[in-house]
Amino acid sequence: MNKISLQAPLPQVFAQRTDLVSDVWGKDTTFERGHLYLIEAASGTGKSSLCSFLIGYRHDYHGQICFDDRDVRRFGASEWTSLRRHSLSHIFQELRLFPELSAWENVQVKNQLTHHKSDADIIAWFERLGIADKRDTKVGRMSFGQQQRVALMRALCQPFDFLLADEPVSHLDADNCRIVGELMMAEARRQGAGVIVTSIGYHMDLPYEKIYRL
Amino acid sequence: MSLVWKLLRQHVSPAQLAGFFFANLLGMLIVLLSMQFYEDVMPAFNGEDGVMKNTYLILSKRIATASTLSGEAQTFSESDIRELEAQSFTRRVGTFTPSQFQVYGSLSLGGVGMGSDMFFESVPDAFVDVRWPSSLAASSEEVPLILPRSYLALYNFGFAQTKNLPKLSEGLISMMSMDFRLTGEGGAERRLKGRIVGFSTRLNTILVPESFMQRMNAELAPRAVSAPTRLIVEVGNPADDAIATFVQQKGYELEDNSLEAGRATYFLKVVAGVVMAIGLLISALSFYVLMLSVYLLVQKNADKLQNLLLIGYSHAQVSLPYQLLTVGLNALVLLLSVGLLFWLRGYYLERLWAMFPTLSEGRVWPALLLGGALFLLVSLFNVLAIRRKITNLN
Repeated sequence: MNKISLQAPLPQVFAQRTDLVSDVWGKDTTFERGHLYLIEAASGTGKSSLCSFLIGYRHDYHGQICFDDRDVRRFGASEWTSLRRHSLSHIFQELRLFPELSAWENVQVKNQLTHHKSDADIIAWFERLGIADKRDTKVGRMSFGQQQRVALMRALCQPFDFLLADEPVSHLDADNCRIVGELMMAEARRQGAGVIVTSIGYHMDLPYEKIYRL
Repeated sequence: MSLVWKLLRQHVSPAQLAGFFFANLLGMLIVLLSMQFYEDVMPAFNGEDGVMKNTYLILSKRIATASTLSGEAQTFSESDIRELEAQSFTRRVGTFTPSQFQVYGSLSLGGVGMGSDMFFESVPDAFVDVRWPSSLAASSEEVPLILPRSYLALYNFGFAQTKNLPKLSEGLISMMSMDFRLTGEGGAERRLKGRIVGFSTRLNTILVPESFMQRMNAELAPRAVSAPTRLIVEVGNPADDAIATFVQQKGYELEDNSLEAGRATYFLKVVAGVVMAIGLLISALSFYVLMLSVYLLVQKNADKLQNLLLIGYSHAQVSLPYQLLTVGLNALVLLLSVGLLFWLRGYYLERLWAMFPTLSEGRVWPALLLGGALFLLVSLFNVLAIRRKITNLN
């Protein structure tokens, strides 16, 4: 997948609003592979909705979203499965980790599906992110910041053309924030992928090529 | 798969699954057992020379005082037979052919000679429940006879007992030779030997082969026109109300209790059917319990299933653990119920054989086939329903 194009998208709940000022809603936007984007949003402007539309979880919007000029509304279940496994990786704002599994198992549940990374690679990430001692701790017992780092590792355990990172560092300190940014960008560059980061204010210090205000 | 199973087994309720397991086991066992019992017991009712041969009825016209006095014919005409053949319950009709000549039979037993006037009758060979011996060719001078089994009992326990005569077994009787003198029109006479080759429970007469009867009637009474006085009818279902109505309406009579015997068989079929239906109902209810349990499980684990789908697992992959769980349970139920079936069958066969020593073992494969078919059907429904439920999640 080389580009994601949004053609006048608008969440159905916003359809009646006349005071909407946005760079994305109701406009045509294109995200291209190999580029870095930041979407800044205030609370309640539909950031999570946009992510849900892009990952195929929700379809309650007007307008059109196309992957390589193909309307995503036409995609079937198997096509979405293939996209989520091979082309589109997502760090969910709400993380969507499995609290009854350990941090290690949470990463493995994805890597066993894709066989994208070696155990050694993942161990190195755990160390780099400063949670090597938490590998066997159940995710339910970890802090949100620690969980965010597990979610990042899980998202990187797959090939992707686009990485959609929904507030990936909201609970991290500056140091960890920098490390997450480096890991993420290193993996994206290695794969030549596009990165779309969202933020409600506090964000990683990265060389964004375009910043949209939602 | 192990990590996915670790996730999806959360909220699996052993109590609910055990409930399903035992209910389904009970249902399956009842279905298989009723099928197998029917297969095993039916020969006792239906077999050749069985306890109750249900499908043959013997019809005669009622003998009333008035008809005796008036000399009205007690025979069946061609149109009577055609009418009977046209009835929905009739499969085929055979006629009893009486001898049109005089028969005198004698027997020498331990130096004591016995003799009596008697008669012969014949019916088409297909209606006879004892096989005519092929060694006695139609042209031979020895005529094979079949007697009613009740005659032997009457002789052994009535006549022989009071006259101090030896009791006779079937084997011994078949070795004895009888002498017959047949006298026809104009004093034509034939002498020949006879031998009893079997005893019938179906036919209450002194029976000779049909071919012999035709030959002798043609030879000794060429001018006599015989019309049958009794008919043997093979019917599909002896419990058919239409039979009783028809017999009543035409003023015919049914010999012995063949209708009651038929009703007993019919009753057995009905009971087996009802029991099987109850088994199927229990199976259906247990299937319902399993589906509810799995639906509840899917609902409780909806978040996990959804998350797995969102990180790239396919619907087939996340459905598989629950599908394997249900199919595995179904397979276990099938194996266990087949095992229990054979165990219980051994138990009742022992008793059945004590009652009917000659009873042959019924077929096993219909019950196994039914069990297999139920397993496949229920498993298929389970697999599709789970997939459908999970597909609806996202």
